Amino acid sequence: MIWDFQKYRSDIAILDEYGMSLTYGGLYEEGRRLQEAIGRRCLAFVLCRNETGALAGYTGMLNGGIVPVLLNSQLDRSLLDNLLKAYYPAFLWVPEDMREQFPEMGLIFSSNRYCLLKTGYPEAYPMHQDLALLLTTSGSTGSPKLVRQSYKNVLVNAQAIAEYLALTEAERPITTLPMNYTYGLSIINSHLLVGAMLLVTDKSLAQKEFWAFFQEKGATSFGGVPYTYEMLDRMRFQRKDLPSLRTMTQAGGKLTPELHKKFAEYAKETHKKFVVMYGQCEATARMGYLPAERAIEKYGSMGIAIPGGRFHLIDEAGTVITEPGITGELVYEGPNVTLGYAERGEDLVKGDERNGVLQTGDMAKFDSDGYYYITGRKKRFLKIYGNRVNLDEVDCLVKEKFHHMPCASAGVDDHMVLFITDGGLVEKVEKYVSRTLKLNPAAIQVIAIEEIPKNDAGKIRYTELEKYYSPKD
Amino acid sequence: MTNAEKYNQAFCEALEIAEDQLEGLEYQGIEQWDSVGHMGLIAALEDAFDIMMDTDDIIDLSSYEKGKEILAGNYEIAF
Repeated sequence: MIWDFQKYRSDIAILDEYGMSLTYGGLYEEGRRLQEAIGRRCLAFVLCRNETGALAGYTGMLNGGIVPVLLNSQLDRSLLDNLLKAYYPAFLWVPEDMREQFPEMGLIFSSNRYCLLKTGYPEAYPMHQDLALLLTTSGSTGSPKLVRQSYKNVLVNAQAIAEYLALTEAERPITTLPMNYTYGLSIINSHLLVGAMLLVTDKSLAQKEFWAFFQEKGATSFGGVPYTYEMLDRMRFQRKDLPSLRTMTQAGGKLTPELHKKFAEYAKETHKKFVVMYGQCEATARMGYLPAERAIEKYGSMGIAIPGGRFHLIDEAGTVITEPGITGELVYEGPNVTLGYAERGEDLVKGDERNGVLQTGDMAKFDSDGYYYITGRKKRFLKIYGNRVNLDEVDCLVKEKFHHMPCASAGVDDHMVLFITDGGLVEKVEKYVSRTLKLNPAAIQVIAIEEIPKNDAGKIRYTELEKYYSPKD
Repeated sequence: MTNAEKYNQAFCEALEIAEDQLEGLEYQGIEQWDSVGHMGLIAALEDAFDIMMDTDDIIDLSSYEKGKEILAGNYEIAF
C-alpha cells in the first residue's frame, strides 16, 4: 500500500472541473470496489484523462496490488492495439464515452464516468512481486517500451518530493500536466501522501475555464514543462493577480536561463516559490531540484540531488569527474531508480536490473558549490512540449508508413526537423507525424533534401544535417 | 488590406487552415488549435494589428467570432 487514505478520510482528495469530488475516505472506498471487482493481482491498462474516475482507478489499483499501465486516452488506436498485443492486460479502465470502442470486452462496472472492462485475453504474463506501475518512455510514439516502477520507487520518490517542497495538507495543486506523464503523476502521488486537495482539470493554461477554476478554488501550486513557462510568459502571466498561488515548479526539460531568471524574479517579488527540478521516468520522476531560495543566484541550474539521492559525473572512460566546470554524463543513485524496462509481456517478471544506479544519458557539469547544470544529451531524443520523442522511433514510423523512404529526424527541443528525399511528400509526412504523435504541426518541420548524408558504414551523419536548422550551442 | 482580411489571414497562417474553415471555428475544434497553436495565433494577431493583448483577452479568445468581438471591444479595431 502506498497511501493511507483513511488517515485523512473526511478531507477532500480530488475536486474536478465538472464539480465531482471525492474525499480520502471516498477514494479508499472506490479503490476497494475496484479491487473487489478485479479480485486478484493482474495487469490493467488505464486510459487516462485528468478526471476523478481515472485517479480513483489508478490509486485503487496501486494500493491494491493491481499493476496499472498508464496511457493517454488520446493515444492513437493502432498504437494502443500494439500495446495490448504486447502485454495482454486482464482489464482496461477507460472513460465511459470510450466504452463502445471496445465492443468485444465485457463491462464489469462503472464509477465516476470511468468503466472497468474485462479484456478476455486467455493469456497473462507473470509479474514480479515488486512491480507496481508501468509508464511509457515516450508518450506518443506508441513504443512498447515501458518503465517498470516498484512500490518502493513510487513511495520514496513521493516522500522525497513532499519533503523538499515542504508539502502539507493545506496544498491545492492544480493539474497542468497529464496524469500518465511521470511529472504530472509525481505531483499527484506526493500530494496524496500528505492529504492535500487535488484540483483536477484537463483544461490548458490557454483557456479561461482553467483560470476560473484556479481562482475559484484557490490553487496553491502548479507544475510546467519549459513550453508552459514560455506560454505563460507570452500571456504576460506575471501581470495576473494570483494571491492563492504559492509555488510554481518546472521540469520536463531545460528552461532557458533567461526565463528561469525571469520567473525566479517574479516569484521573489510576489513572495512565491519557483522551483526548477530535474527528473526522468527511469528514476520514477524526480532526481534533482534547485531550492527556491537559490533560484535567482543559481538560475540555469537544476540544482542538487533530492533527499536520499546522489549525483556524480563520469567521463567517457567511466571515471568519476571531481573538478567543477567539466562536462560529463550525469549518473544518479537513489532508491527511486526504477527496476528497468519492459519491452514485452515476458519482461514483467524481471526484478531489479539497475541496483539503484541510473546513467541518465544527460550531459552535465557542476559548479564549485556542487550545483548541477544540464548541458546536453547523449541519446537521440527530443523533448517536445515536455514529452520525450525518440527520434529513431520517429524514423521507423515514417519509413513504415511511406514505403521505406529514406528519412532522418533531428532538431532541437520543441522543434523537430525531419529530412526526407521526396519533395512531393513534405506535407503528407508533416501531417502524418503530427497526427500520429499528437503534436502540434508548429513543432514539426519537414525538409526535402537530395540525399540523406551517410558515412561509409551507412550511418546517418546527423551533424551534417544541423546546417538546415539551428542546433543549441 | 481591410481589418477583416488581416484578421482572417492571421488565423489562416497561424493555424494552417483555409479561409472557408474559419466561420464557427473554436479552440480545440481542430488539431492545430491547441495551446501551442493558440500562442501562435495570438502572436499573429498582435503582429497584424500592432497591439499587445491582455492576459484575460488571450485566454478569452476561444473562437473565431469571439476574437473579433475582443479586438473590436478592447482594442478599437473596426471590422
